Amino acid sequence: MNMQTTIAGVTFKNPVMTASGTFGSGMEYGEFVDLNQLGAVVTKGVANVPWPGNPTPRVAEVYGGMLNAIGLQNPGIDVFMDRDIPFLKQYDTKIIVNVCGKSVEDYVEVVEKLGDEPAVSMLEINVSCPNVTEGAIAFGQKADALYNITEEIKKHAKQPIIMKLSPNVTDITEMAKAAEAAGADALSLINTITGMKIDIHRRKFAIANKTGGMSGPAIKPVAVRMVYQAAHAVQIPIIGMGGIANAEDAIEFILAGASAVSIGAMNFVNPYTTIEVVKGIEDYMKRYNVENLTDLTGAVDV
Amino acid sequence: MKQKQTAVVASQRELAPMIYDMWIESDLAKDALPGQFLCVYTRNKSTLLPRPISICEVNEDKSALRIVYRIAGQGTAEFATYKAGEPVEILGTLGNGFNVEVAAGKKVFLMGGGIGVPPMLQLAKALNAVTAKENIQIVVGYRDNQTFLREDLEKYGQVYIATEDGSVGTKGNVMNAIEENALQADVIMACGPMPMLRAIKGYAENADIPAYISLEEHMACGVGACLGCVVKTKEKDHHSHVNNARICTDGPVFEAKEVDI
Ligand SMILES: Cc1cc2nc3c(=O)[nH]c(=O)nc-3n(C[C@H](O)[C@H](O)[C@H](O)COP(=O)(O)OP(=O)(O)OC[C@H]3O[C@@H](n4cnc5c(N)ncnc54)[C@H](O)[C@@H]3O)c2cc1C
Ligand SMILES: Cc1cc2nc3c(=O)[nH]c(=O)nc-3n(C[C@H](O)[C@H](O)[C@H](O)COP(=O)(O)O)c2cc1C
Ligand code: FES
Repeated sequence: MNMQTTIAGVTFKNPVMTASGTFGSGMEYGEFVDLNQLGAVVTKGVANVPWPGNPTPRVAEVYGGMLNAIGLQNPGIDVFMDRDIPFLKQYDTKIIVNVCGKSVEDYVEVVEKLGDEPAVSMLEINVSCPNVTEGAIAFGQKADALYNITEEIKKHAKQPIIMKLSPNVTDITEMAKAAEAAGADALSLINTITGMKIDIHRRKFAIANKTGGMSGPAIKPVAVRMVYQAAHAVQIPIIGMGGIANAEDAIEFILAGASAVSIGAMNFVNPYTTIEVVKGIEDYMKRYNVENLTDLTGAVDV
Repeated sequence: MKQKQTAVVASQRELAPMIYDMWIESDLAKDALPGQFLCVYTRNKSTLLPRPISICEVNEDKSALRIVYRIAGQGTAEFATYKAGEPVEILGTLGNGFNVEVAAGKKVFLMGGGIGVPPMLQLAKALNAVTAKENIQIVVGYRDNQTFLREDLEKYGQVYIATEDGSVGTKGNVMNAIEENALQADVIMACGPMPMLRAIKGYAENADIPAYISLEEHMACGVGACLGCVVKTKEKDHHSHVNNARICTDGPVFEAKEVDI
C-alpha cells in the first residue's frame, strides 16, 4: 500500500498537511503530534516585514465553525528563516511556506529570500486572505490580477508555487484557469469564506474587524464542491481543504479531485486530528483494497 | 504537560445562582500551577471552540482539578449539566500561571473580581509556602451577598470583601475595600473584569509596586498557534516580534506595566 502523493515533482509521504495559520510553524502542536508523521507542515503566512495583525477579538465561534480575522500577524521573513525553518528542518516532513504581501514587490521579496533555502519544498501564495484591507484578497478575486501576480512570482520563485484560491468569487474555475495559465504548479483551496457575526446583547460585532473568514466543518460542502469544479477545470494538482475533521472528510476531498488535503480549524478542536486522518486514510485504503492513494484522486463516480 | 483528554467529573454542585463548582479527576493535576487554565470542550458538535476556565484548586494528592465557573452561554450551560462519573473533554494545563516566588516573604494583595475570584484560591494556597499567612491579603469583589469561595479563601489568608450592592463588606469594588481597610502591599496578583484590572494597573503604578494580572480573550487553539488571543505589549514580544503577546501561552498572567489594556 502506498500513501505517497507527488505534487509538482515533490513527493510527500502521505497526503495530510496542515492548513496555513492554524498550526503556527509546528512548534506548538509538536507537543501533541509527531510532526514526522505528516505529509507536510504548511506554515503561517509570512510577509517581507513583521505585521502586527488586527485588533481583538480576532476569533468567534459560529455554528459548526468559527470566524477569524487575525490579519496575518507574522514576525517577518528574516525571523522566520532564522527560527522557524531550522526548527522544522529537524523533522522528516516537507516544508511548505505560505507567503503574504500587500504588493507584488512584497511577495517577490519573500519568495526570493526563500529561494536560498533548499529545505523549503514549495511556496503557497496567499492571494486570498479576506482579513487585510490592502493587497492580498484583491489579487485573488479578479482573474486578470491573479494571472499577473502568479506570472510575476513564478519568474522569481526557485521552488514550485501553489496558488491559494479564495472561495469569495463567483466562478472558481475562472480563477483556477487563470492561475494555471500563468504558470502555477498547483492550487490550494479553499481559504476562508467571508462572514459576520453580531452579538445582539452588546449590539457589537463579534470580531473587531467586523468581518472574519469562516472555517470549520460548516464550510466543508462548499469546499468539496469547489475542489471538484477546479479539478475539472485544470490539469495541475490541487490541495483541498475546508472543514476537514476526520479521514472520511479528507477522502471526500480526494475523491472530488484533491491530490492532498490540509487540516485547519479542527486542529483547535482536536490537536491530534492530523495524525488521526493519516491513520484513517490508511484504514480506508485497506478496507477497499486501494493499492495507491493516487488511485483515489478524482475517483468519484468512476 | 499539555494534553487533550477525556477526564471524569468527580463531583459537581451549584455554588451560587448560575455559579458551578466542578471537580475533575485528571493526571493533569500533577503539575498544574496557580493561574493556569484548562480548555473545556462541549459535547455539542455545533459549538466547537474550547471554553477557557481557570484552575481554581488542586486536591491534596494532585489527582483532581477544581473549576468554578459562571453560566455565560451555551458551553458553560452544557457543562453545568454534567454529573459525577460523566466524561468531560479538557485540554491542559495551559498558560504560564502566577509566579509565587516574586511574593516570597512579602505582603501581597490577591485581588479577584466576580468570576475572577476562583484562581485566587489555589494561588493563596501556594503563597502560604513562600510568605506568612498574615501577609496574604485576599481582596475579593462580588455583585451581592453570593460570596462564593469565601470560606475556602479564609483558610489561606485574611479576606476582605467588597460588594456592589453593599450587602457584605465594603460597598463598591475591590479598590474601595483596600481604601476602607487602609491596606497596603508589596506586590499584587489579580484576576477579574477589565475595568478592575485597569484600576489595579493604575494603583500599582502610583504605589510603585509590581502587579501581575490575569487577562482574558477569545481563544481558538489555546496553545499559541492561531494568534487569536493577543494583548498589546509595551515591548516587542520575543515570539511575535511585534507588540503583541499571546494570552494563552505568554499569559494569561502578565506584569501590568508590560501590557496595554
Ligand atoms: C484564561 C481564561 C480563564 C477563564 N477562567 C474562567 C473561570 O475560572 N470561570 C468562569 O466562569 N469563566 C472563566 N473565563 C471565561 C470563560 O471562558 C467564558 O465565560 C466562557 O468561554 C463562555 O462560554 P459559553 O459557551 O458559556 O458562552 P458563549 O457566549 O456561548 O461562548 C461563545 C464563544 O465565545 C467564547 N467566550 C465567551 N466569553 C468569553 C470570555 N469571557 N473569555 C473568553 N472567551 C469567551 C467562548 O469560549 C466561545 O468560544 C475565563 C476566560 C479566560 C480567557
Ligand atoms: C485562525 C486562522 C488563521 C489562518 N491564517 C491563514 C494564513 O495565514 N494564510 C492562509 O493562506 N490561510 C490562512 N487560514 C485559512 C486556512 O489555511 C484554511 O484555508 C481555512 O481555514 C479552511 O480550512 P479549515 O476549515 O480546515 O480551517 C487561516 C485560518 C484560520 C482559522
Ligand atoms: S488561542 Fe490560539 S494563540 Fe491563543
